[in-house]
Amino acid sequence: MNINRRNFLKAAMLAGGSSFIGASKKALAEVDFANQANRCGVLTDLSRCIGCRACESACNEVNKLPEPDVPFDSDKVFEKERRTTWKALTVVNRYPNPKDKDKPIFRKVQCFHCNDPACASACLVGALKKTPEGSVIYDESVCLGCRYCMAACPFSIPAYEYSNPTTPKVVKCTMCYGRITKGQVPGCVEACPEEVHTFGKRNDLIRLAREKIIKNPGKYVDHIYGEQEVGGTSWLYLSPVPFEQVGFLTDVENKAYLNFTKGFLSVVPVVLTLWPALLGGIYIFTSSRDQKEKEELQKPKKGGTKS
Amino acid sequence: MSVNLGIVSYRPSWIGEKLFRGMSFAAYVRSLLTPFNIIAALVWLPGFILVLIRYAFGLGAVMSGSNEYPWGLFISYGLLCGVPFASTGFIMATAYHLFGMKAYHPLVRLGILTGFLGYFFAVCFLLIDLGRPWRLPYPMFVSFGTASVLFLVAWHVALYLSTQLLEFCPAIFEWLGFERCQQWVTRITVGATIFGVILSTLHQSALGALFLLMPGKVHPLWYTPNLPVFFFVQSIYAGLSVMILVSSLCRRFLKNQTDGQFTSNLDNLLFGLAKAAALVLFSYYSLKLLAVAHENEWYLLVTPYGYLFLTEIILFVFMPCYLYVYGVRYKNVKVVQLTSVLSMVGVVFSRFNISIIGFNWTLPNLEIPGWKEFAIAITILTTAVLVFRWIVSHMPVLREFQEHDLRLVQAETRKMVERTSPRPHQFTRS
Repeated sequence: MNINRRNFLKAAMLAGGSSFIGASKKALAEVDFANQANRCGVLTDLSRCIGCRACESACNEVNKLPEPDVPFDSDKVFEKERRTTWKALTVVNRYPNPKDKDKPIFRKVQCFHCNDPACASACLVGALKKTPEGSVIYDESVCLGCRYCMAACPFSIPAYEYSNPTTPKVVKCTMCYGRITKGQVPGCVEACPEEVHTFGKRNDLIRLAREKIIKNPGKYVDHIYGEQEVGGTSWLYLSPVPFEQVGFLTDVENKAYLNFTKGFLSVVPVVLTLWPALLGGIYIFTSSRDQKEKEELQKPKKGGTKS
Repeated sequence: MSVNLGIVSYRPSWIGEKLFRGMSFAAYVRSLLTPFNIIAALVWLPGFILVLIRYAFGLGAVMSGSNEYPWGLFISYGLLCGVPFASTGFIMATAYHLFGMKAYHPLVRLGILTGFLGYFFAVCFLLIDLGRPWRLPYPMFVSFGTASVLFLVAWHVALYLSTQLLEFCPAIFEWLGFERCQQWVTRITVGATIFGVILSTLHQSALGALFLLMPGKVHPLWYTPNLPVFFFVQSIYAGLSVMILVSSLCRRFLKNQTDGQFTSNLDNLLFGLAKAAALVLFSYYSLKLLAVAHENEWYLLVTPYGYLFLTEIILFVFMPCYLYVYGVRYKNVKVVQLTSVLSMVGVVFSRFNISIIGFNWTLPNLEIPGWKEFAIAITILTTAVLVFRWIVSHMPVLREFQEHDLRLVQAETRKMVERTSPRPHQFTRS
């Protein structure tokens, strides 16, 4: 057993090496999201929306999406609740208004642009990113197509090009990142004839939303959706009726979702450093015990397994 | 290495001997036309055609491809079940090399081979499921999403696949007769084993940690902060059960590839594995109950999902635990073998409960993977069985090669070969 020491050294080297991997992983896992004050967002006031779908049409145009299955001026789409797809980054759904039957409530759905997006913390190649401007953007050039972002998104917003064999993409709203970096507002915001959406700094939008709630008693539910949900989102909503009645998820957690995996990831370096020592120790213990046993039985020892 | 004495006069080349078992190519091909192989080919073909369709027309052509259920059978079965089933490698290597359980020697190579193939075919499932499979190495070389649990899984599966190949190399080199390489890779065994345990601990649990990110989507009975621990513990009894099943099947169907050391003591080894599995199953059962108690979710047990949960932990965790103990107590190998199947079905059931049935439990529609996904899965599994059989019948996995006395036997055989053959094939041997 002259390789005992060598094995020990090897195990020690492994421990050293792997703790290095662990340390770097940990360091990189801490993504700093400082500078949140300058992030932009959109405040959507559901009480103003008339369901004209001008936003959908504008989104289609800005993002050069394929022709819709049903034209944008048709009311037929409201018969069923829709979701975002690879052909439509935003959709408007209609819900009955419990206060006034003749005035249904319309709700526009798109990416919420979370402050700490679950999709970004899910992506194993960092294809999804929260930008300083507030958008959550997607880099097609590195995406593997594992679709963990879709599974991870608490709102199930990202869609996938399942029928594209060569360059399938994850598709979702980018808050018109290309436009806002040029100083323009997102396509849907610009197209809205009823001024349902307000684009601006997120902090200002929250102040504005509070003011609206205070100045119009009884008009809105006293809640800004997206202020706390999933740790805060860039897209905020005001609604005249309880949010769960107009298709919002109200049982989401009020903290950033990346916190749910942080605990696990922080154990990684511990395992990487402790296991080699522990297992190497057990190995040294058992092998020295075996050796002793062998020495005791030395003389009559023979392989004797098979003739 | 089977030196077929009957046809030695044919003088096989080195390749001919290694690949065609000493037969001529035509004879070898003819020898492959067995009923088993023909049936396997028929089972294999439909899924293979579907794989071609998938690469030609996109994922949507073979899976339901919904935006709410982005993961179908390829992930839920291929990755989430394939990886725990493949924990045989690290379990047997740890037991033998690190814990010094020398009695399990006949099962070590089998465990490592099963583990390696399990991972290899899990990666095959991924290559079908990923939108752009050719970018599989991206997380290692191009772009790093270091905050992602999946990043860890990708790295660890890649590293562990290589580690297991290295651990299996002694068998390959013995088969090829590369003695020097064989000696070299044998020396790093302990290091490789320890490295393998680290990687296994982390990525087995990381598969559970993938779902930590989805507290609203995974049903609360299954969602707990302890998911990583559950997945890891489950992988241990999954691996032990696979070990019981695979070694039993080998004894039954590949008997001519085994040696006395493998067959003579196997029953006792199976009881040992069953005992270990029973212990792990019991811990798992307790952990599951503790999790319900910890979150105080007893009231959820009387909902449909609760019945599902109870089925899972009573029929598929407690029952196998009990049956393993029963089998060991009454020395009943049949019971142990059947229980291994039950506990493996249980692993699949519990993983599906998290990733398919209990996933998106708040949505009205449940999406079950379509038949095409099953056909492809069957094709991959058939391939795995065939590859396994090929390796086992060529390389020394179920039988000894290196033991001193066996070498003598082989030397004898060679001498006989040399006597009967005019120009014998040269074996590299000092």
